[in-house]
Amino acid sequence: MKNRLTERGMYAFMRIITYFIVVVIGYILFDIFRGGIGAISWKFLTDSPRKSGAEGGIFPVIVGTLCLVLGTIAVALPLGMAAAIHLSEYATQGRLTRAIRLAIVTLAGIPSIVFGLFGLGLFVIFLGFKASILSGSLTLACMILPVIIVSSEEALKAVPRSFREASLALGASKWLTIRRNVLPYALPGMLTGSILGVGRAAGETAPILLTVAAFYLPKLPHSIFDQVMALPYHLYILSTQLPDVDAVRPMQYGTALVLIALVLGLNLAAIFLRIHFRKKYRW
Amino acid sequence: MTRGHWNDKVIQLLLLCAAMFSIIVVALIFLFLTKESLPFGKDPGFAALLGLRWNPVSFEKPSFGIIPLVTGSLLVTALAILFAVPFGVIGAVHIAEVARPAERELFKPFIELLAGIPSVVIGFFGLVVLSPLIKNIFNLPSGQSALTGALLLALMAIPTIITISEDAIRSVPNSYKEASLSLGATRLQTIWKVTVPAASSGIMAAVMLGVGRVIGETMAVMMVTGNAAVITASPFESVRTMTATIAAEMGEVAFGSAHYRALFCVGVVLLLATFGLNLIALRVMKKHRIARE
Repeated sequence: MKNRLTERGMYAFMRIITYFIVVVIGYILFDIFRGGIGAISWKFLTDSPRKSGAEGGIFPVIVGTLCLVLGTIAVALPLGMAAAIHLSEYATQGRLTRAIRLAIVTLAGIPSIVFGLFGLGLFVIFLGFKASILSGSLTLACMILPVIIVSSEEALKAVPRSFREASLALGASKWLTIRRNVLPYALPGMLTGSILGVGRAAGETAPILLTVAAFYLPKLPHSIFDQVMALPYHLYILSTQLPDVDAVRPMQYGTALVLIALVLGLNLAAIFLRIHFRKKYRW
Repeated sequence: MTRGHWNDKVIQLLLLCAAMFSIIVVALIFLFLTKESLPFGKDPGFAALLGLRWNPVSFEKPSFGIIPLVTGSLLVTALAILFAVPFGVIGAVHIAEVARPAERELFKPFIELLAGIPSVVIGFFGLVVLSPLIKNIFNLPSGQSALTGALLLALMAIPTIITISEDAIRSVPNSYKEASLSLGATRLQTIWKVTVPAASSGIMAAVMLGVGRVIGETMAVMMVTGNAAVITASPFESVRTMTATIAAEMGEVAFGSAHYRALFCVGVVLLLATFGLNLIALRVMKKHRIARE
């Protein structure tokens, strides 16, 4: 009888711990939402910042982050998907493949600030791209490459062998088989995983801190060689670098909410896409 | 040879190049961090890094001792792991073994959502909500302390630990549990004495990857630990981590100065630490997989 009681107690304890984690996450989201919703208005979203961001809106900041995200996608998506196709369809067990896989895992574990140092050393200084959208996008692309490769490979592996065998048996070449009979079915899964990577790129601060982000630059970029402001860095500036940080609290919450909406919106889109396609393709 | 055949060969080669790109990036990261930090060995000399004071902007005698930064990182990381491991592992056990299916379907993605919240937003939350809370609870002069940073980092490590541990726990064969239950062990005894030990290498790997994430985390820590470069073991004091030092100071240094080189040296230390942790985690996970088969 006493054992049964301790057992019940232990279960309750484990449940409380789990619920506690969930409640904390919920509270963070709730707090940002509650604080930010009042600050967000059409004017806030479409106006330029004034007085180092203490007044005005965050329009150039949003544009800056979108530029970085698009640049990152343009570089990382084709590279990552091509690498995944190689690993899943062509690669044989061997030293080279093992080295590639080790490199991917290593890349996934490198801290974001180290990517920032790398981008500073290679793109900003050595290649002379200066602090620019180009440098920032390339740095972020290197950072999210492993996410895209790993999830794309999983999507490719999920396409049944029989799809490939049927096409090969009819005399189609390997690439034709992949293009016609594998990629169309794997593409939704590949995109889903990639969106998660892109979401991560949109929210990262440390790499862009050293490669692109401007402290205060209230105008729109003209080319990929321009500096821009970006949402994560702007939030950091607003909450720690301004003379009177308490006075700009609403601006901080507003920026945080826009950033979270962008990143979590991307993540949620990926989750819904996954559910949708899982229902559509069943084999 | 037909044209189609050549086409296939070219595409195969292109795909291989794309796959090799990861190796190239890793090599370039090591190369450029070394290249930018090596000249430090000539001017102040690498021995300067072992000093106990980090004061690179002093006019009379700048000192580049990274020991306070390393101890700062270690203190925050150790505290964070102290919080994150019990919560993460118990949460993973609950979700994998105890929770109803509906609960599991809801909780797992929700906890993974936490991994998606940008670290700067977590840092902002820490600054505005957690830091004043810590200040009031422990009656400190300032809420900017190692403890505040560690709590935020624990929060960021928990999704990593839960996701990977849960997979490991769920991959324990049913026959193990059935054997234990048939011998008369209760479900709880089976969970803690059979299932969790059988999944222990996977859980270890999860913890290691969590530590890697915590050591490398920059923004959240920079915003709430107060950034005083002192050597301390007290969780209530302000500390300065390696990551925060790079992020805070790199914007203001002159290119090519000793300070600039020193920051790259800190980067190399970080890179090697996370690289080592990852290799260990990988090895442990491989052992786990072999044991399973």
